[in-house]
Amino acid sequence: MSEETGDIQVLIDLMARLPGLGPRSARRAVLQLIKKRGQLLIPLADAMQTVGATARECLNCGNIGTTDICKICENDKRANGQICVVEDVADLWAMERSGVFHGRYHVLGGTLSALDAIGPEELRIPRLIDRMTAENVSEVILAMSATIDGQTTAHYIADQLPNLKVTSLAQGVPVGGELDYLDDGTITAALNARRAL
Amino acid sequence: MIEWRDEGAVLAVRQHGETSVIADIFTAQHGRHAGIVRGGVSRKLRPILQPGAQVDVTWKARLDSHLGAFTIEPIRSRSAAAMGDRLALAGLNAVTALLLVTTAERDPHPAFYTQTIQLLDLLGHADIWPLAYMKWEMALLEEMGFGLELGACAVSGANDRLIYVSPKSGRAVAESAAGEWVNRLLPLPDVMRGEGEGSDAEIATALGTLGHFIEHKLIRSLGDKPLPAARGRLIDVLTRP
Repeated sequence: MSEETGDIQVLIDLMARLPGLGPRSARRAVLQLIKKRGQLLIPLADAMQTVGATARECLNCGNIGTTDICKICENDKRANGQICVVEDVADLWAMERSGVFHGRYHVLGGTLSALDAIGPEELRIPRLIDRMTAENVSEVILAMSATIDGQTTAHYIADQLPNLKVTSLAQGVPVGGELDYLDDGTITAALNARRAL
Repeated sequence: MIEWRDEGAVLAVRQHGETSVIADIFTAQHGRHAGIVRGGVSRKLRPILQPGAQVDVTWKARLDSHLGAFTIEPIRSRSAAAMGDRLALAGLNAVTALLLVTTAERDPHPAFYTQTIQLLDLLGHADIWPLAYMKWEMALLEEMGFGLELGACAVSGANDRLIYVSPKSGRAVAESAAGEWVNRLLPLPDVMRGEGEGSDAEIATALGTLGHFIEHKLIRSLGDKPLPAARGRLIDVLTRP
């Protein structure tokens, strides 16, 4: 790499570290940014600088926003007594995209994992327990992954909230799913959670 | 190219790069073995690569010392059966965590593998699971060379009223021979000698005694590691009123 392209190479190397991008696709993206300097590169750089300065975790729920308390936590209309517990901010965004949940959230920041030595103290479980009384919560919805770690975490949280209504998301056949393509674990879960029509 | 085919139980999976995982699998003939599973985070493979799942594996590597790559075919998934059941989930986590900590890589234990699969097959049978788990922990100690000798008293040779175990030797001690050491000895409930009904309280006591040997003998022999937290959570579930 010549001296003139040193800065560009730094940008390519950084872009290549993003999920979904490798060195080749990062190079293509950088080339596109440079070609569209006015429409893409400058606005992107400005936006990144702004987000770099303002992005922070919500002190209440762990969501990512630009203020100390996120917009969901600030919105009184969402204080309906329900808290949906999710593993990660990406899960919160997925729930918000669906538009069906109108309560507040709590982002744990992961799951309990013996392998990675992640215990309850490493997650935001103590903060969740504090919120129960502070926000007059009537139901906690555990929207954890249908994995062993996810469900271990869900059972642990349920044990910590003995006097509250604690529910979890259903498990089973996904919308558009065909039985023939499902693994036997999903079919077992779906059969166990069958309901009368 | 070195290649073998075996069956095993998935113990743990760690993400490797964006699309692959490194799976730790307790195999029948090759012991606990790690390998890369390409595409392991895909929608197709993720449900298969859950702890406790029984899988058919083919391992390939250019040299034996290499990490190598697994090709995985499902035999039996246990996650769905365990997820909704607090005891089964805690049990599954305890079994996989203990196997990860106590078994050496690539050290085969075919008979113990069979015992482990039999135990995993009992997941969800809450009435017999605790007893089966206790026997499995005793078998684990035996397999790893720290088996308890509970047939006769280490001091007097007597074989009645054996109610203690020496924390040092792992041998039974009769009530009459305990003497001044009584406060240092561990309890030996009848269920550990295959006698009695095996009540929840007895099994909890037995797990306390076995925990001492797993932590201070077996795990200490492998380095300075703590007893897995998952085992503690299983005992919490078992002893909860």
